[in-house]
Amino acid sequence: MSLRILVGCKRVIDYAVKIRVKPDKSGVITEGVKHSMNPFDEIAIEEAVRMKEKKIAKEIVAFSCGPTQCQETLRTALAMGADRGIHVEVSGPEYETLQPLHISKMLAKLAKDEQIDLIIVGKQAIDDDCNQTAQMTAALLDWPQATSASKIEAKDGSLQVVREIDGGLETIKVKLPSVVSADLRLNEPRYATLPNIMKAKKKPIKKLAPKDLGVDVSPRIQVVTVEEPPVRQAGAKVENVDAVIEKLKALGHA
Amino acid sequence: MSMINKLSFGIRKFHTTASRLRKYVELTSVRYPLLKRGNFSFLSDRHLGFFQSILSAHQVLTDELNDLSGYNVDWMRSVRGSSRLVLRPKTTEEVAAILQYCNVQNIAICPQGGNTGLVGGSVPVFDEVVLSLELMDEVISVDELSGVAIVQAGCVLEKLETVLHLSNLALPLDLGAKGSCQIGGNVATNAGGIRLLRYGNLHGSVLGLTAVLANGQIMDCLNTNKKDNTGYDLKQLFIGSEGTLGIVTQVALQCQPKPSSVQVGFFGLNSFENVLETMRLSKRNLGEILSSCELIDQSSLECVTTQLELRSPINNFPFYMLLETAGSNASHDAEKLNSLLEILVNNGTIVDGTLAVDSAQAKNLWELRERISEALACEGYVYKYDVSVPIRQFYQLVEDMRIRLGNLPIRCCGYGHLGDGNLHLNITSQEYNPILLNRIEPFVYDWVCQERGSVSAEHGLGLKKRDYMEYSKSPTVIHWMRRVKKLFDPNNILNPYKIFPEQSSTD
Repeated sequence: MSLRILVGCKRVIDYAVKIRVKPDKSGVITEGVKHSMNPFDEIAIEEAVRMKEKKIAKEIVAFSCGPTQCQETLRTALAMGADRGIHVEVSGPEYETLQPLHISKMLAKLAKDEQIDLIIVGKQAIDDDCNQTAQMTAALLDWPQATSASKIEAKDGSLQVVREIDGGLETIKVKLPSVVSADLRLNEPRYATLPNIMKAKKKPIKKLAPKDLGVDVSPRIQVVTVEEPPVRQAGAKVENVDAVIEKLKALGHA
Repeated sequence: MSMINKLSFGIRKFHTTASRLRKYVELTSVRYPLLKRGNFSFLSDRHLGFFQSILSAHQVLTDELNDLSGYNVDWMRSVRGSSRLVLRPKTTEEVAAILQYCNVQNIAICPQGGNTGLVGGSVPVFDEVVLSLELMDEVISVDELSGVAIVQAGCVLEKLETVLHLSNLALPLDLGAKGSCQIGGNVATNAGGIRLLRYGNLHGSVLGLTAVLANGQIMDCLNTNKKDNTGYDLKQLFIGSEGTLGIVTQVALQCQPKPSSVQVGFFGLNSFENVLETMRLSKRNLGEILSSCELIDQSSLECVTTQLELRSPINNFPFYMLLETAGSNASHDAEKLNSLLEILVNNGTIVDGTLAVDSAQAKNLWELRERISEALACEGYVYKYDVSVPIRQFYQLVEDMRIRLGNLPIRCCGYGHLGDGNLHLNITSQEYNPILLNRIEPFVYDWVCQERGSVSAEHGLGLKKRDYMEYSKSPTVIHWMRRVKKLFDPNNILNPYKIFPEQSSTD
């Protein structure tokens, strides 16, 4: 098998950052805040690279949509082992209202243009938690999908995928070409090492505009307001179990 | 998305607790039979009655009703005292009342913070009453503009860090024990850590403090001005005094703007010359953004990866370095770091390495350095040496010791704050072995003394290193230190048996 794999890499606010809402409640503060690749997308890239090392894949194309800084995200993907990058540039207010459907349309178009055999994305992004892109991309392409993958095995033109579902683990077989979304336990992403970081600087990143892919990114939603969750009320400490019961009764819970 | 964190956090707690708590710890009075209990009063019901009259029930812990082993045994599980009483004051006034009484009644006191000290200085030797600061844990105020934070001594360092982050400020110090150590203890021991290279030590970043003297007098040195030249700066005496001149109850700390861009890199090198060259060029080319420059040798990394099942990003190398930059402009800092790395990789000084791409990787890379101590403890008994040596000789001591000890230990390794010239030499054996100890000491101290280094760079003297003060301080200086101690604590009730060598005559 020699698959060409397309991997989606989203640039998101780093998971460790304390999110703050803008004073005008129009969104969260992103200016000067640390960003990094969506952790589930790191897992997706890692899986693609492992498939290339096993000679199942022959080329990995990393994709990211967003402002100029997405190039850094793509460089990380290239340093991990992707061969080339595609950056669809969207910034400003259009970027704020970008939705998974827009991304799915881009991925679908690229899949056809670049003759992609397999699309792997993270199962969800840690900023919007949508978990929609893989599914919609598969629908647009009329390709089979295997979401929340925790294990992928390639066999004779199809993939055997173990999925993490509510009831446990489900094993399915999907024919190629298909769309897979990566779950947490699929793999542990590698560190990009210095020789590869240096090599990545020379790998090509193609820049495109959404209209080049025939995708209209004008907003279909309007953010009305963004607010912090309600402040957690302080608990009260009591000396013993009797006091707990008394307190519960007083608050009307017992 | 804190799932990943929660998983690894749970595993970490289990590993260390399970294997380490299994070890039995010998009483200090048994292991060090030459130590003699001072002429202090023995605790009586009358004394207990007094403490119970000035403190609430949960502030007085007796060994009859409570398990005091957490207060009697140090983090390294190398010393065990036999205190029968733990007092936990909530205010400076309560501390003062306790000390005033103890000074008159001749009751010995062991002040205690987070009990993470590594030289047996934070636990009783005999039956000293433990005065724990753990209930004085409030952050009193944080001023975002001046960067000054006023904190109670018992505030855990990591908690203070979290509070500071809310005001976009950062601590001027950071150390592996931050989840448990308290700022009061840090001040009392002049703690160093991994950011000293960048922010200096506590003698500079502590603007003021409140301390209670042995006789119960409250020393209000809680200045918050950056500059104050109005007489002797007495607060400096308490910083690093290891609880022997007074008990610190409040600290005014100069905090720094929280850097918006932090880069962490981990590198493999083939020789110590390459390490020195990397350090030299890092200081020069990274300049003001360099915030940490740490060394890890092959043996230390092997210990931390196998004992704690951590992952190294690169293959085996004789030496590893961890570099951190902290600045206000991500692209500026990344450019400086990348240019530096390009030079060092192209000329073969650095053979392999990685740069953290997100906080998770940065945290994991730091764990490889910060958890070495914990990993070593899993191997059995640790002989721990924290020394300052001239940077060119930084690793020589490890090599000389390794040859000298041969097959006696499980491991002889070195790691540390390369940028500060502070080496952590560690030797492990399955159990405490006096033969091995005699082979290590006094050789290690003689070696350091010959280089005019410090026999305790940041860990302090406590109990375990008190006999070695003479290797780094002259007799005249020691004489005057004893005079100061006598002046501030004439009855020697504050942390007796600590920091000073035993002496036959009194001044």
